[in-house]
Amino acid sequence: MLGYIFRRIIAIIPVMVIVAVFVFLLLRLTPGDPAAILAGDNATPEQLERIRNRLGLADPLHIQFINWIDQLLRGDLGTSLISGTDVSAMIGSRIWPTINIGVMTIIISVLLAVPMGVLAAWRHRSWVDYLVMTFSVLGFSIPVFVIGYIFIQIFSIELRALPIQGYRAPSEDFIGFLQRAILPSLTLATIYVALIARMTRASMLEVLGEDYIRTARAKCVRENLVLFRHALRNASVPIMTIIGTGFALLISGVVVTESVFNIPGIGRLTVDAILARDYPVIQAMILLTAGIYVLVNLIIDISYTLIDPRIRY
Amino acid sequence: MKFKSRTFDQAHTVLALRELSVNLAGRPDIAPILDRISLDIRAGETACLVGESGSGKSVTSLAVMGLLPPDALEVTGGGIKLGERDLRAMSSPDLRRLRGRRMAMIFQEPMTALNPVMRVGDQIDEVLRVHTDLSPRDREAKVLDMLEQVQLPDIKRMFRSYPHQLSGGQRQRIMIAMALVLEPELLIADEPTTALDVTTQGQILKLIADLQERHGTAVLFITHDMGVVAEIADTVHVMQHGRIVESAPVEQLLRAPKEAYTTQLLKSVPSLVPRRVREATHTENVLDVRAMTKVYGGGGLIFRSEGTRAANEVSLSVARGRTLGIVGESGSGKSTVARCIMRLVDPTDGEIRVVGTDIARLSRGKLRPHRRHIQIVFQDPFRSLNPRWTVGRSLVEGPLNFGTDRSEAMKHAGDLMELVGLPRDALDRYPHQFSGGQRQRIAIARAVAMQPDVLVADEAVSALDVSIQAQVLELLADIQEKLGVAILFITHDLRVAAQICDDVVVMQHGNVVEYGSAPEVLADPKHDYTRALIAAAPGREWDFANFRPLEQSA
Amino acid sequence: MANVPQPTSAFQVALHAMSLPQAWRKLGPAPVVAAIMLILIVLAVILAPLYVPHNPMSMDSANRLQPSGGDFWIGTDAYGRDLFSRVVTGGQVSLLIGIGAAVTSVILGLLIGLVAGFFRWADGIIMRIMDSLMAIPAILLAIALVSLVGPSVMSVIVAITIPEVPRVVRLVRSVVLSAREEPYIEAALALGSSMPKILWQHLMPNTIAPLIVQGTYICASAILIEAILSFLGAGVSTEIPTWGNIMAEGRDYFRVNPGLIFWPGLMLSLCILSINLLGDTARDVLDPRLKKRES
Repeated sequence: MLGYIFRRIIAIIPVMVIVAVFVFLLLRLTPGDPAAILAGDNATPEQLERIRNRLGLADPLHIQFINWIDQLLRGDLGTSLISGTDVSAMIGSRIWPTINIGVMTIIISVLLAVPMGVLAAWRHRSWVDYLVMTFSVLGFSIPVFVIGYIFIQIFSIELRALPIQGYRAPSEDFIGFLQRAILPSLTLATIYVALIARMTRASMLEVLGEDYIRTARAKCVRENLVLFRHALRNASVPIMTIIGTGFALLISGVVVTESVFNIPGIGRLTVDAILARDYPVIQAMILLTAGIYVLVNLIIDISYTLIDPRIRY
Repeated sequence: MKFKSRTFDQAHTVLALRELSVNLAGRPDIAPILDRISLDIRAGETACLVGESGSGKSVTSLAVMGLLPPDALEVTGGGIKLGERDLRAMSSPDLRRLRGRRMAMIFQEPMTALNPVMRVGDQIDEVLRVHTDLSPRDREAKVLDMLEQVQLPDIKRMFRSYPHQLSGGQRQRIMIAMALVLEPELLIADEPTTALDVTTQGQILKLIADLQERHGTAVLFITHDMGVVAEIADTVHVMQHGRIVESAPVEQLLRAPKEAYTTQLLKSVPSLVPRRVREATHTENVLDVRAMTKVYGGGGLIFRSEGTRAANEVSLSVARGRTLGIVGESGSGKSTVARCIMRLVDPTDGEIRVVGTDIARLSRGKLRPHRRHIQIVFQDPFRSLNPRWTVGRSLVEGPLNFGTDRSEAMKHAGDLMELVGLPRDALDRYPHQFSGGQRQRIAIARAVAMQPDVLVADEAVSALDVSIQAQVLELLADIQEKLGVAILFITHDLRVAAQICDDVVVMQHGNVVEYGSAPEVLADPKHDYTRALIAAAPGREWDFANFRPLEQSA
Repeated sequence: MANVPQPTSAFQVALHAMSLPQAWRKLGPAPVVAAIMLILIVLAVILAPLYVPHNPMSMDSANRLQPSGGDFWIGTDAYGRDLFSRVVTGGQVSLLIGIGAAVTSVILGLLIGLVAGFFRWADGIIMRIMDSLMAIPAILLAIALVSLVGPSVMSVIVAITIPEVPRVVRLVRSVVLSAREEPYIEAALALGSSMPKILWQHLMPNTIAPLIVQGTYICASAILIEAILSFLGAGVSTEIPTWGNIMAEGRDYFRVNPGLIFWPGLMLSLCILSINLLGDTARDVLDPRLKKRES
């Protein structure tokens, strides 16, 4: 078991190295002068020179790469081209709103989606099933920001029940935090719920057709026991997998939602950086989100062993 | 052969089916799945329901248990009585209370019938928890007692095991323990030994019989295997197309069947007596395997593992026009040998000479010209033909690879269809339009289209019903006679081996334990394992096809 | 191996016999409605130049932010352009991007996936690269690409395609991996068929059905991502009306005229909804594993 975890952690390294190479080449292999791209159309020669020096663009490609990796390994994410501040400090100051809203979203999503999926599978082809499936198709079909604006329109403008935009730290003003975080979380949760509910339903349908469910029914286990004791646990590996891979959707959603609700998180930071072509920040954000994604999926992979005794490494 | 010959005139009736009919849900217009089935099973009696696939055996059992898939099948008429209770008049909660307590069921696939993520002890315990008020301690004691009764070793450890840690036989014992822990009046066993090896099968059959005797349980036993019927049945009900065509005490049915269908079914059962010795017409070996070894796994950069020796120094040879059988149980390595010889997997060591050339170590490219000498027919007729291709396209695939002209290949394919007993125009049809037996004929035709010197048949008749099996075996013999091809016949079924093989190799744990002519090996086995294998074959003392004990014909 | 597979019982035969009529009943009205809706949207979008009441590009400062009704059916935007004309015209680029991204990702994914699925030596390295690509959130990658390469329809298609390819590769690879275990593939090997021939003639056809399904989903998600990119300011040039651009420009005037987001959002959602519904239907019909599960 420990050996397996160790091997899995080792296996992360090549993935992250490839991500790093990719991010590195993204700027350097873009047609044209990278400095000119970053500086924009109206840049003066001095500005171009300054960017070249800051990113070391004058060096040969492999030297640039080695220098960059060396920096990264020392925990140095570089400094912003625009403000000149340390990128890790920028991320540090903006990450908490994102984490708070992200955690809230995941909790809401799982609590809503799993029962929805179980119910839909159990009452297959009933109105419950169709309702859940309709919701899930809708969740995939409406852009996140449209959902956000619909929520704002209904709850903030028409009903005046919640503030329109902004953010409060939960440590300062917990009620204020909840009031401002609930709409962004629900907005983000829509597509995640759609995804998880769909997978739960499909996985449960498959499991409910298995022989051991027939065995369970043959020994008269009450139907709720059949569903939750026998079926859900067997169905949970694909559900957890989708929670993990769906995490990428969540990260993408954060970027949009923070813009809609004007939340000072790392999603906003990223969008601003990309629009300003602040490449050190872009690099750092892509590495960071990829790292989080890989880590989340590693944890999920390892937790399979807790659910299914057949998975032993 | 000693049949059961108990009388049950005194015993009370446990299960009574009267004119039971089952239809496709909402489709009263088409032929019923079960057509007015009637039968009685009395306390302590074992009633065998026997028939080929599609005869309605399993539907009968599910109907009794009230486990018919609700949207697909429904009971449309007749009565099901368990003791005095009319099951059809019962509400579904009441019926559920009966399941497990008064009637229980064990299924064919012990591999999938247990919940893989629950400990087996808890799964048995669950029956007690649902149906009784026993304290946890009493329940555990009862479960352990039950595990003891089904003769599992180390019951404390078994209790805490997960299904995947147990063998198929052990899992089926767990299923039996689960079914019998509340001492139901009726046990329904749906092909409970079909998925097991023959030696395990013998043990499970004996176990069921012992427990039945001890608890006076009525058993409805569903099987397609006449050998099993001869071993365990008191009464036999033969089913065909959803109807019971004949019911009789076992000895009476096997000695003097009244119905034509029963007679035909019994005549199809291959005999354990090896067929007459054939004179060898050729001495040239077309297949020569020398000290072939296959190790799976092993290696690994950091975590070096031993690997499994799936085949260990296997040597065998087949002459033109002869048939060599490889028999053994699952895991004996017989299929590995076949796959190595076909170079579908690469052998670790040894020689494989096909018509003189050692192909064991040829590269894929160098190997291709030699492929035509050796062809294979697989077990599963539903997966061995590309479902998207017409039969004709499948048949000419090989010849086209070797440069045959398309129109000529098609013409030859037509001839081959006739050779295997199918119409020429079937070439334009797709595999799903054929039955299992017909597809197996097509697979044989595809192999023969290459005009091979060796034909490997890997469990090629194991998935077929006995009557179809007999026809396909006949076809293979016929083709061998006409084309002089050598056949390497891999099977777990000694009866089949006895009917088709000139020589037999017996394998166990990757090793060849006995190798000789079929009459020698099967009639006078030298090795303990071979003896055990033959002793375990159910109904081995009875000559089904001639309705008499074997001694008389010997 | 030695185990005889269970003979097909009457029960299974029964299930099989009814799967077809049942499937038809099961399909129900949803795919029919979706198909009609999609055809109407596509026709409305393609034929837009023939019937729109105003030039979607012509600004008119006298008519800024008009409410719906009168000359402008659903009002005007901040530059006085007719919203209705813009919404129907805007679909052209959105649909082009959706179809373009779907076709390129499916073709690329199919080729890479076939290689990964059949050649063990290639599998490891290809899949590591795909894992890495999947780890980068699609939207981040796409906006980064567009902001570097510059806003054009082509760069948006590329930006959407790159993160989708790994998903298609995984799908194709898994189909190939499970199909290559089938005895008919082994039989083809024994018949002396070459690897490329087996790959193309036996294995590739297995991937078509799942790829059609996947392609529809990619098409839907590409239209969605285009909208998000435009919304974040990293999409096609703002001069060209697309559903995303119209909504992005409408953001600031959302509280004056919610229709600026609502109408393009509705068109977009209906379009994606109908594509998704058709994708679901295609999957139910084409995926035999699912069919088995559903019966």
